[in-house]
This record gives sequence, structure tokens and C-alpha cells, in this order.
Amino acid sequence: MAQSSQAAGGLMSIPALLQRNATLFADKDAYREKEFGIWQRWTWAETEKEIEALALGFINLGVSEGDFIAIIGRNRPHFYWSMVAAQSVGAVPVPVYQDSASEEMEYILAHCGAKYAVVEDQEQVDKIIDIQEHLHQFEHMIYVDPRGLRKYDHHALHRFTDIQEQGRASYYEWIEDLKGRREKLDYDSTCVMLYTSGTTGKPKGVVLSNRNVVESAKNSSEFDNLRQEEEILSYLPMAWVGDFIFSIGQAYWCGFCVNCPESAETMMTDLREIGPTYFFAPPRVFETQLTNVMIRMEDAGKFKRRMFLHFLEFAKKVGGRILDGKPVSLGERLKYGLGNLLVYGPLKDTLGYGRIRVGYTAGEAIGPEIFDFYRSLGINLKQLYGQTEATVFITAQPDGEVRADTVGVPSPDVELRITEEGRIYYRSPGVFVEYYKNPESTADTKDAEGWVDTGDAGFIEEGSGHLRIIDRAKDVGKMADGSMFAPKYVENKLKFYPDILEVVLFGNGRDRCVAFINIDLSAVGNWAERNNIAYASYQELAGHPRVLDTIQEHVEAVNKSVAEDPMLSGCQIHRFVVLHKELDADDGELTRTRKVRRAIIADKFNDIVEALYDGSDKISTETEVTYEDGRKGSIKATLDIRDAKVVQVASKVAAE
Amino acid sequence: MNDMSNDSYVTEDGRTIGGVVMEMKNITLRFGGVKAITDISFDIREGEIRAIIGPNGAGKSSMLNVISGFYVPQEGEVWYKGRKRPPMKPYEVAQQGIARTFQNIALFEGMTVLDNVMTGRIRQMQAGLLSQALWRGKAEREEIENRAQVEKIIDFLEIQHIRKTPVGRLPYGLKKRVELARALAAEPSILLLDEPMAGMNVEEKEDMSRFILDVNDEFGTTIALIEHDMGVVMDLSDRVVVMDYGKKIGDGTPSEVRSNQAVIDAYLGVAHD
Repeated sequence: MAQSSQAAGGLMSIPALLQRNATLFADKDAYREKEFGIWQRWTWAETEKEIEALALGFINLGVSEGDFIAIIGRNRPHFYWSMVAAQSVGAVPVPVYQDSASEEMEYILAHCGAKYAVVEDQEQVDKIIDIQEHLHQFEHMIYVDPRGLRKYDHHALHRFTDIQEQGRASYYEWIEDLKGRREKLDYDSTCVMLYTSGTTGKPKGVVLSNRNVVESAKNSSEFDNLRQEEEILSYLPMAWVGDFIFSIGQAYWCGFCVNCPESAETMMTDLREIGPTYFFAPPRVFETQLTNVMIRMEDAGKFKRRMFLHFLEFAKKVGGRILDGKPVSLGERLKYGLGNLLVYGPLKDTLGYGRIRVGYTAGEAIGPEIFDFYRSLGINLKQLYGQTEATVFITAQPDGEVRADTVGVPSPDVELRITEEGRIYYRSPGVFVEYYKNPESTADTKDAEGWVDTGDAGFIEEGSGHLRIIDRAKDVGKMADGSMFAPKYVENKLKFYPDILEVVLFGNGRDRCVAFINIDLSAVGNWAERNNIAYASYQELAGHPRVLDTIQEHVEAVNKSVAEDPMLSGCQIHRFVVLHKELDADDGELTRTRKVRRAIIADKFNDIVEALYDGSDKISTETEVTYEDGRKGSIKATLDIRDAKVVQVASKVAAE
Repeated sequence: MNDMSNDSYVTEDGRTIGGVVMEMKNITLRFGGVKAITDISFDIREGEIRAIIGPNGAGKSSMLNVISGFYVPQEGEVWYKGRKRPPMKPYEVAQQGIARTFQNIALFEGMTVLDNVMTGRIRQMQAGLLSQALWRGKAEREEIENRAQVEKIIDFLEIQHIRKTPVGRLPYGLKKRVELARALAAEPSILLLDEPMAGMNVEEKEDMSRFILDVNDEFGTTIALIEHDMGVVMDLSDRVVVMDYGKKIGDGTPSEVRSNQAVIDAYLGVAHD
């Protein structure tokens, strides 16, 4: 304890870091948000005042130490302030996904017994009013955007700025209390509670202490040499541990500026205007951007297109090597410089990546082509592997040791252990305190010595010492003939095709594998437009014979590549179906972080799975769907089932 | 309810509706021998959402054009804010604080959303040509003030992401919203909406309804709208005028109108003499 507090320079909480930044970086920007078409800004000194006013307002409202305050909204300075203000008064902030349906919200608010909520707008206020009668402990709600709320009953409903105003007005009443509460915070007090969406079962509340957050922020900032001058764009869900670490942990540790987009739709424009130096995105964002670039280049003039393709081809050979500091001939360097002038530079500017020093992708595997594309442009994109229970960091790729198929070496202060079955365990200062009100799950996940089960299977690569992930340990199974079934491995190979959005592989305990496939509407839609294929709906496009032909080609190509791996050759896809609807978190088929929930999908589409195995070439089905406002409807469809060619591994070996 | 009294009243959802702000008295409008509107009288109160509905060709758009001053009726009087309104040019009507949107969208297709909405502020810009050209002093100050105002509306109607997009590239539903933004930019006291939901899908209609209610709530704007979609009108409006073949056949709250036999006949179809 004494040792680690010394390591963090006596700064043992986020509010303590805020005090330091307000003195050290008083005039530097802490937050920017685009509002009314202009970037509004707050310096660290101003931020400290805003948070103080809010914290005083909280005390004035009756917030006690240990209370839970739910935070529900998109990335805005107000919500980051709310989290730090909550910590300052000894309360625990609980960020909640703002697109959660009422029932999900009810579960979380009831589970933690939140007495207060800071929410964005009328939509969220309505949601909570709907569930309020089931929440006996709930007391007050604070909203940021007043639109449409004027005539609501304001007995227990307050405007954000009013709470701050009341805080300022009662400064002398409460400032000593606030100081007292703030000074009590140490490494063992709770910093935040985050609910993990979980691919199975109810969400669990992960309690992270100040030690977890501050140590992780410190270690990771040092690992990547992050400085006060960094600029980040905060657009990922606030309820996700990654955003908490980047936008609060590291931002407060280093004192860099957090930029909030104007709205979700303007994110790409705002990204370009800010030009972050440190950037984090799930693979999906990089995929979408690459797809957009390629689509737009299809529409460009012939000369431009050829130049683009030529230099891109060249960058693939040289760009990555330059980035890794490997030897490159002078001629190639010069040509790369020319390419930078003509293609790479302008392209990076358009994407908003012109200034990136460190970029990370995580959460899902990224396609090697996509990964290499960005690296070849000179963008230092790396991979990391982590989870909420570890306060993000388990492994990360150091500069110069970046590859598409590994997730890097253990992060500073992280110990790794891999069991004989390949299950990955870790121990680090970031290891979570507990699952709130769930000692059984805590005990299942974390042992007495502090080792945590990731639930993933993987191995350490000989030579490089990098970790490679195979799949979720519980998803890895056995086929009927005893060979290994690792669905994610095959699914990812297919998802790397731009026209495939989602894949679900079945085959555990069966004699062969079959798959559900979701097309990517923007990529396939664009292809259809260029090929004069008319379609009226997602469903119609997904069932188009030529789309099915293309998908079949992809499946067969993947089968070929899967067959090359002797361990996994049994996972080739024998039959597949292109689904008539997009898998959706609102229907419970994906988690809020867009991970596939296998059991639920297998159960819900049981008739289709059976049809894939019983050899029929068509299946009529009816599926219930949930609209964004919570109403339900159903769609009917008749789906074609296709057979895909598989490579006979045994005979291939014999032939060679 | 339908008397000419000036008393304010409070609606079910707690909004206070003020006195009569505009009154149509015995309006008759003819195009040559065709009578588009025959002897229609009704009033619009401050802060209310007033709908004019009716089947195709009932004379709704003509009525709206009379209110906006585009048509001058042959008979009858238009009273606005307690005074009889003489025949006026449409821009003079605009200067009095009446703004409108159009059924077939009348935006500048080649200009960005922002520029289109800025044109709604034209009444608030007084700087001279020279000042505008030199971009100094008054012109600059005015533009900044007006831009700030326009940005508030852009924020309000949630069209930030298309701020710099040329209107011609936008889908229909968004164009309608941009048109509403431009009308709002004029800070009207009465807003006329000509079929704001025409050609929209259910989701777009829901969005538009919410925006109309929010505008009324937030800015206290009096809204007169023409609409085809009965369901939407009944949910939105405080009072409804029903027209058929140029005549007024009903006037009152949505529930009163819904139970009016003449209205039911007009909508369900009864042989006309």
C-alpha cells in the first residue's frame, strides 16, 4: 500500500488528480464539446469549478457517502463531471448504456439500489419514470437537456444547471463537508461500478477501486508514453470500461483533453476537426471507414483511382516496415514520401487520423487486411486484450512488435498463467474488487491469490512471447468425432469480408458445422446499386440469388483456409443460410457491445438450425422483432439454404 | 368553445392557450367561376395548435394561402392581432411574423442546410450592401448573432450532422425538417405548416409530430397546420377545422370533430347533392 501510493505520488483518487490538474494545467483545455456548431471548451481550472459546484449541489440534494448515482447519456462533459462529482462526495458513479431498454435499466438500478440518476434528456427521463414504481429506493433525477421537460412534475426532477446553481449558492454550508469527504478517498475506496453486459445471464456489477483505475491508467500511460498534449475523441459508450479508462483514468492521470462529438451522427466530421493523437476504436469502426473509402474510390476518376491503388499496393510492402523501424532502402523511402504527399497524407486527413501517435483496436479480432491497411498508411494502430475485470489491460502490443494475429505481451505489472487446457488467467493491480452483491460469481472468477479467469482460451507464442487468443473457452467445444470446435476462429475469417457483418457457427457435438450469416447492408447495398440489382428491403437483398452466390464463394474460400489448419479442419462450413434480419441487441441476440449470444440465437432460430442439419433446401420461418421504442412485431420469410464445398482433409493428405 | 370570446383556457396537458390572435371572417375565395372557399369563419388562438383538415380538393391549401396573404379573398376579412388586415404582399405578411412551410418543399437545392436556414433570418438582417460586402462592423455582428440563433434551431431539430450538406442530396423526410427549421429561424408568432407529414413513413411522422409539439412547447409558437392524416391531426391539435368542398363542416376539439356526423360523412363518403 505504502509502496503503491508512493508510486502514484500520493494521488490516490480521481478527485485528487483533478485538484492537481487544476493547479498544474490550469489554463490547458480539459474538455471540449461541439455545441451549436462551435467547439466549446473548459480548462482544467474551469472544470474543477464546474465539478465542485455539482458536488456541492449533490450534497445539498442529500447525497450520502456510499450512495449509487446512475449516469445515463452519450459522451458529454456533463456526464464525465457527474462521475467525478459523485466520487468527490463519496458516492459511486454507475454509468449505464443509454440505449438500454427500460427492463435492462430497471435491473441495474434495482440491483445497485441507485438513489439518484443523472440523465441526458426526455427520452431517458421517461424511461426512468416508467420503471420508477419498481425502484423503491430511487429519489432524485437530474437531467441535462431541458427540451420537452418543462411541464413535468419537478418535485424529484432537477435540471443539471440548477443543481450546480444550488451548489454554488450553498458553498459555505457544504464546502467543508465536501473537502472532508474528498480527503477520505484512498486507494481502497470505490472509484466506479460498471455493469458488464455478459454474453450469458444477467449483467454483473464490477466494482473497481481507485487503486485499479489509477494504477492501470499510470501503467498504460507510461507504456505508450502518453503526455499532457494528447487529444482524444470520446465517442464510445460511457458505460464501457474502455471509455472510463481513456476519458477519465488516463485523461486525469496525464491531464490531456477529452473532446466530445456534437452527436453520434457527426462523429466522423468531429473526428476530422479534432485530429486526435491517441485513438481507440473497435474493429468495426475501422472496417466501416475502410469500406467507405473503397466505395468512394470506386466513384473517383480513372487517374485518381489508379494512383490510389498503385500507392496503396506499394504502401503494403513498405509502410508497415517503416513504422516498425525496420530497414527500408532509400529509393523506397523516397517513393513512400511521394505517396505520402499524394495519397496517404490526404487520406489520413480525410479520415481524421493525420495526427495519431497511438491507436488501439480491441474487443474483437480485426481482419489482417484491414489492420495492415491502416498500418501501411503510417498509422500506429496496435491491438490490446483486456476486460472490465482487469480494468482493461491484460496484454498490449509494444511499438515495433505489432502483428495482426496476436494481442501482444503482458501489460506492465500483469502476470499471465495459462492452464493445460489453454485457459488464460491473469493477476494485476487492475484486478477488480468484486462483483457487487454476487460473492458466488466473484469466487468463481477470482481465486484467493487474486488470479482471474478470463474465460478465454489461448497460448503464448514461442519466440515472441506474444499472446494469441483462440476463442471464448466455453465456446470451444468438440465435434462428434472429437476434433476441436472453435467457432470464433471461423467466424472471424468470414467477417473479414466487407459484405459479411456477422456470422454464427454451429457444430458443437455435431458431425459437421453449419452457419448463419448476416450481410452488411451498406457494402452489399452499394454493390447492388452498381450492378443494377433492385431490392426493396434488407430481407429481399439478403435473399437475392446473386448475393447468395457471392457469400457462397466467401464460405468456400474460408473452408479452404480453415482446412489448412490441422487442428481446426473439422470446422469447415457444410451448409449456410443468409438470415432475413440483422442480429440486434434490442432482440437480445447481441450484447450491447455487439457480441454474439450463441445460446439465445440457437434457441430463437432453432427451426433454421434444424433445417440446416436435416438437408432441406428451404425453410419458412417467423421471427419476433423488437422496435427501438420497445414494441414488438414479427417478420416472416422463406430462406434458401445453400451447400458449400468443403475440402476433404484426409484425402488431401493422402494425395500429397 | 367556438364563441369569439378572448378568454384564455388551459388544455388537458396543462398548456395555457391565449386569446384570439387571428380571425377569418366570412372568407370567400373564387378562381374565375370556381368557388374554392365559401363563407368560412374561424379563429386561431395564441399558443394553440390549430389544424385544418378535409378530403382532397376541400380547399385547405387555398385557406392556408389566404392566411399567408398569398391569395386575397374576394369576400370576407382577415383580422390579425385585433386589427383588420388590408390586402398585403406575402413578404409584408412575413414581416408581421407569419412563417410557413410548403407542401412540395421550396428549398434552395444547391445550398447547404445551414445557408437555407440562414435565409430564414433575412428579416433580422439590416446591414447595407457595402457593409455586407466589406464584412465589417454591423454585417459581421449581425451574421454572428443570426448564426447563433440558427445553430440553436439546428440543435433543436437535430440536424447537426447535415449542417454542411447541400439540400439536394437529402432524403425527403430531412428536407421537410430543414424547411421547418427555416420557418422557425424567422422567429414567427404564427407558423403555417402545409401538410408537414405528407409522404412520410410512420417513424418520420412520429419524429415530425414530436418536433411540432416541441416547437409549440419550447417557443410558444402558434401553429396552424393542414394535414391529410387524420390520426396525426387528432393527436396533435387542440382544435380542428374540417372543410369539404370549400365549406366548413366542423370546428372544435378533436373529440368533438370525431363525433360530428357531417365530418364522418365527408370522410367515409356519402353521395353529394
